[in-house]
Amino acid sequence: MSTRSEVRREVVHLMGMPVSVALRGRHATDARGSDAWAEAVASLRDVDRVFSTYRADSWVSRLDRGEVEVSDCPPEVAQVLALGEEARVASGGAFDVRATGSLDPSGVVKGWAVDRAARPLRHLEETDFCLSAGGDMVCHLADPARPAWRVGIEDPHDPTRLVGVVEVTRGAVATSGLRHRGDHVVDARSGRAPRRAESVTVIADDLVTADIDATAALALDEEAAAWLRGRPGRRGLVVWADGTGEQVLPDGPSAAAHPRDTGCARPRAGCP
Amino acid sequence: MRTNTLTPARRIALALLSTASAVALLFGYHTSTAGPLATASTPSVALVTDTSDTSAASGTAGTAGTSGTSGTSGTAGTSGTVTGGVAQTRWGPVQVQVTLADGTITGVDVVQYPNGNGKDVQINSYALPILIQETLEAQSAGVDMVSGATVTSVGYTQSLQSALDEAGL
Repeated sequence: MSTRSEVRREVVHLMGMPVSVALRGRHATDARGSDAWAEAVASLRDVDRVFSTYRADSWVSRLDRGEVEVSDCPPEVAQVLALGEEARVASGGAFDVRATGSLDPSGVVKGWAVDRAARPLRHLEETDFCLSAGGDMVCHLADPARPAWRVGIEDPHDPTRLVGVVEVTRGAVATSGLRHRGDHVVDARSGRAPRRAESVTVIADDLVTADIDATAALALDEEAAAWLRGRPGRRGLVVWADGTGEQVLPDGPSAAAHPRDTGCARPRAGCP
Repeated sequence: MRTNTLTPARRIALALLSTASAVALLFGYHTSTAGPLATASTPSVALVTDTSDTSAASGTAGTAGTSGTSGTSGTAGTSGTVTGGVAQTRWGPVQVQVTLADGTITGVDVVQYPNGNGKDVQINSYALPILIQETLEAQSAGVDMVSGATVTSVGYTQSLQSALDEAGL
């Protein structure tokens, strides 16, 4: 097993969120690794310039104000809007880039941008990486036989704790919840924020899929786990507001943890 | 078998509670066709370990349908492992093991998954099943990254991911 001291870590703040990378293996600490990381960061900065809803001069902001047409924008804009439309249809309308009344493709952009930014890192031979933007990440092993990345899933009721760990060889992990930004996910059909589902984590082949599905499932609230179960190949975890967790493993057993069944929901609360 | 090795720096960086007073790990299984509100699943394994007590850790049996768990020694201040009994589920045996170091829980491993050895089971060869560690302290999970609800740069400084990043090279 590789020791943790071999992991190189970097973090920058982009688009209002921390972007973290963990690198290990042949190019983790050399110039090629540094170049690939710089390229990944540059790629994310480009995306921010085009898609940020916080920048009045971004293409998306100008599109929202009707100053330009989609055809005037860089081709990535049409690509991202198409992904958003796919997600809207797949979620029965719960996920909508216009949910808040104005154009906000952020729910699609992040996954798409991180998948794209990870490309230079994938080209590093014999090097593993995990690239995370605000808690959503792409993980990659140069060789699937190497030790998997261990991704902790934050407890939505207590960010200092974890509700689970998933080992990822190659794939993406995304979590949507309400804790860190307030009610930033609403069901586009009802305009209300979810109440029963506290957070949804989805593991998929790519981050576009994982991120969209996590967001859509959270918006669907009490239907979250059932909806995820109908998505081919998805794996995930729904943490309900009552503190229970429900796993979604489409082709195998579905496990649910029921800490309250022990009469001891929180060990710190004076449990036996 | 995975071993959890935490450097002192990591341990400090991730230290959130000095002791884990108890671990309760429950696995319940129900069919994948069950609705989202189905909560009738029967816990098939229950392992409760009290490490705040200086007496030997006690394993308690789960509810109906489980096999009893058996604890080896787990005295506070010492190191070792506590392995639960094998519970037979409709998908096969499930067994969990808790690792203690200096009286602190440093890991919870599922030593047997329903389909065989925990480390050999892969779903679509991308990810192992999520291991629910409902009561496991973050300091002891030995994770590389943390996935959570959209973390802003403002909230980042208090996040577990921040602690991980600082613990790096």
